[in-house]
Order: sequence, then C-alpha cells, then structure tokens
Amino acid sequence: MRNTRLRGLAVLAAPLLLLTACGSPPATDDGSGGSGGSTEGASAEDCAADLDLTTQGKLTVATDSPAYDPWFSEDDPTNGKGFESAVAYAVADRLGYDKSQVEWVTVPFNNSYAPGPKKFDFDINQISITPERERVVDFSAGYYTASQAVVALERSKIEPGSIEDLTSLKLGAQTGTTSLTALRDVVDPETQPVVLQNTNIAKQQLLNGQLDAIVTDLPTAFYITAAEIEGSTIVGQFEQPEGDAEEFGLLLEKGSDLTPCADDALAELEEDGTLADLQEQWLSTTVDVPVLE
Amino acid sequence: MSGTAQAPTAGEAWTPSERELERRAVRRRDRTRRGLLATAVSVVAFGLVAWVLLTSPGWPRVQALFFSRYHAWESFPDVARGFLLNVASFMVAEPVILLLGVLVAVTRWTVSPWLTPLRVIAIGYTDLFRGVPTLLVVFLLGLGVPALQLAGVTTNVFWLGTTALVLSYGAYVAEVVRAGIDSVHPSQLASAEALALTRAQTMRHVILPQALRRQGPPLLNDFVSLQKDTALLAVLGVFEALFRAQDYGNYNFNFTPLVVAAVFFLALTIPLARLTDHLGRRTMRRERGR
Repeated sequence: MRNTRLRGLAVLAAPLLLLTACGSPPATDDGSGGSGGSTEGASAEDCAADLDLTTQGKLTVATDSPAYDPWFSEDDPTNGKGFESAVAYAVADRLGYDKSQVEWVTVPFNNSYAPGPKKFDFDINQISITPERERVVDFSAGYYTASQAVVALERSKIEPGSIEDLTSLKLGAQTGTTSLTALRDVVDPETQPVVLQNTNIAKQQLLNGQLDAIVTDLPTAFYITAAEIEGSTIVGQFEQPEGDAEEFGLLLEKGSDLTPCADDALAELEEDGTLADLQEQWLSTTVDVPVLE
Repeated sequence: MSGTAQAPTAGEAWTPSERELERRAVRRRDRTRRGLLATAVSVVAFGLVAWVLLTSPGWPRVQALFFSRYHAWESFPDVARGFLLNVASFMVAEPVILLLGVLVAVTRWTVSPWLTPLRVIAIGYTDLFRGVPTLLVVFLLGLGVPALQLAGVTTNVFWLGTTALVLSYGAYVAEVVRAGIDSVHPSQLASAEALALTRAQTMRHVILPQALRRQGPPLLNDFVSLQKDTALLAVLGVFEALFRAQDYGNYNFNFTPLVVAAVFFLALTIPLARLTDHLGRRTMRRERGR
C-alpha cells in the first residue's frame, strides 16, 4: 500500500523533475515589432532612479553561455566588446549605472522565460520579440534588426539565384531562432530542415558534409565565414519583408518597472546615433551579399 | 494473509471453534482498521501536497507555463511524431545491445590462452564505455565519424547516434550479464564437468539460461534507461520528442510540451517497470521454492 502511494508520488514528480533537467541553446534570432513606450520628457535615468532591482545599487544583466561572437567577444560579456555587451553597457549608462555597477549572470535561454522571480534586471541574448513571447515576458523596444543568411562551403559550389534553388538542399538552423522559422516558412525545403541545439553543432555538421548549408542571422553568418569556418561563404540573404521587420529586444520580467526605462534608454541611444555607431563597430554591413527572392 | 485453517481430521466435518472465529474477527477488524488508516493518511498527505501547490501564489503562472491545455493540444502531434524516432532508436538498439552484452560477458568468461586478445578487448571495452558519459559517445560518433570522411560510412545522425547508444549500453549490459554468470552456483559448473560437457556446452546449456533468467529485472532496468537516453540524440539534430518539445517551447515560451513528452515516456516506462517488478517477484518465489 505505502509503496504504491510513494510510486504514485514519484509519477507525479517525474515530469516536474524532467522539466528541471533540460538544457537549451542560446537563441540567435531576430524578433518582431516591440514599439518603445517612451514616457515623454523624463530621461531614462530619472525613470530608473528609485526602482526595486534584483540587487540594490547594481544593474544585473543576463546572457547565455557560451556568448557568441559578434554579439560578445571572447565568451566574456563583461569586457564591453561585441555588439550586445556594448549595448548592455550603453543602456546601463543611460539608466545611471557605470561599468562597475553592472553585474553579469549566466541564464540559459530557456530559463529566461521560466516562471518565478528573475535573477536579472534584463536579459540580452539575441532574443526576438514575438507576440507569443510577449504574453509571458516583457520586451524592450528593439535594438537590432537582422536579416537571414545562408552559409555554405565554397567547395560545395552552391550558387542559388533564388530561394527556389535552396529547396533541394539539406539545410539546418538553430532551435528557437527566426532563422529556423524562415527556413521552415520561407524556404520550405524538400527534406525536413535539420534542427540543431546550437550553432557550434551546425558549423561542425556543415564541415562534415552532413548539411549542405546553414541558415543564421546575417551578423553571425559574417562572423562564421570571416573567422570560424575556413572556406565557407555566404551564398545569399533573405530580404526582410516590408513592414515585417523582426527585432531583438531586451527581455524583462512580465510587468517589470524597468521596461519603460529601458525603452527610454534605447530611444536615447537611437536618437544620438550611439546604436548605429555600435552596429558599425561590431557588426559587418551587408554590402556584397546577393539577396535571394 | 488468510485465516489459518487446520486440516480436517479424518472422518468428521471440521468446523472452526468459537475461539478461531473470534481470532478471525479480530484479524478482520485489524485489517480493516489498517486499511482505513492507510487510506486516510494517504488522502491527507496528497491533499496537503495538492493544497500547497494549488494555493501557492505562483500556481496560475506555473499552470499556464507547464500545464496549458492549449499548448498541450498544439504541440501533441509534433511531440508524437518525434517520439516515433525515440521508439525506432531503442527498438533497433536493444536487440543489438543484448547480443553485444552476452558476447562480451561470455568472452570474459573464457579461459583459453588463444582468446587472450579478445579478452583484453572485452575488458577494455567495458571499462572504457562504462566510464565515458553517454553524451560524449554520442558526440564522438555523430560528429567525429563523419569528420573522418570515410567512404561508405554513413553520416546519418540517427544511425550514428543509435550506434553510440549501442556501444554505451552494451558495456553496462555486459556487466549485468557477467554478474548473472558469476551468480550461478559453482556446483552447477562442477555438475556440468562431471557430465563431461565442454566449456562451450556448459555455458550454452547450463550457465547462460540460468544467468539470463535471473538477470531479467536489471536488464529491463537498463532497457528503460536506454529509452530515456534516446533523447541524447537531439544534440546531433535528431528531432526526437524532447527536442521537439523544447523547440516548440523556445518559440512560444512555454514548457507544456515537455510535460507532454514526459507523458509519452511514462506511458512506456511505467508498464515496463510493473513488468520488471512482477518478474523480480516471480524469480524470488521460484528461488525460495514457493
């Protein structure tokens, strides 16, 4: 009797335990349409003046590990190098926190939306703003708009003239990303798209010839071809559909008091050109990549 | 368990005495009281757990994130499709694992000097593959083998991943089988020798049948474990149930599909666990001669 009861409990507990034991990759994707709800007149710093933060007197910022280039540099978010690290410090600065007052914590992507109080004030991890996600968390206004790119090995001689030419290939992308969404919806290849847990595995399978090409956001693609895979090239990029621009946003706890302040901070950074400068500095520009229709 | 009925003495019909009837009544009352108490305690305990869960301030959010009916329904077909891959993987792997395990265990049992290299390989194999985390074996085969660029060797992640599971679990199972072989009583071996059976015949007809029958529960245990470890193939891009659940969750910021996947696994492992228990009890009854 007692035994069966205990087993009953175990059965109840099993799925819960299973849930706590799951890891997941960082998201490399671009999101859609958070519009900044900037409060007129007040600066971001005034807004954040006496908020109840994770650690008083500190701004706690989260990202996943590993932190990939070109968003971060040397897998170290604290050095201010890489686009997202730089943006995080710029936002902190506007909120009135200097470099020494910014604390970084590691939060895997799939823990960032877990229930319960957050360990961070905001999370910056190439997270797309989507309506489904906004039901569970807050997003700041978007700080970057990325398009999708197709990376293949030069020796594979893939030269797509159009999206149609991609459908016969074996293509892979990372789970949770808009790259994968684009691959499923826009390209819709004949063989099931290969879903991968992170970009490292995607890169390895590309090298092994287990994949013909991988789809990532453009900055990541530039970084892969420039520094990570010898002999790889960007064979094309998708054009952003008009009015359907997808953006990365800062992720905050649902209903966080900091959300409007982060929006103000980003609006200020947008206005004075800081965001554009940081993009210029850390992310390659899209000059000579053929656009696939 | 039941009342002690005495054997009827020859010639007259036996009826239980006053005292025996009283004993039975006492026992019955005792049983009823204990049954009621067990039920009451269980109801209170589980009621308490449920109450704590359902009245906790965060419950509505937990419910929405983990037990959303909408997301369960939405993700169900996807997770089910992924689960077919899990099932395919362990159904292919398990027979090969059993064969490999028996082969390795029997190899270690041999004594012929000619077979020394094989014994060394068998020992090396079990030591190595029991020690290395299964996930690493999956990585090494799934990404390492294609990197070798060998002609004629598959680069298909499903087959490579399943092979990795076979190698990893073959080592565990080899040890289980070896323990089974070792647990057969030495008198059995001596009897076989007295009958002039060769060592091969002894293994085939005397030892293995007893060893394997005895090892049913631990072997089933490893089988259940294997079923869950098919989820490791996800790291190679095999789009199995758990990975599909995570993928869905990553887009919709919801964990419900993981619970759906868990239910799929439980639907398999719980009946197997009951079967394992049943077999274990049966073996025990047999060995104790009742």
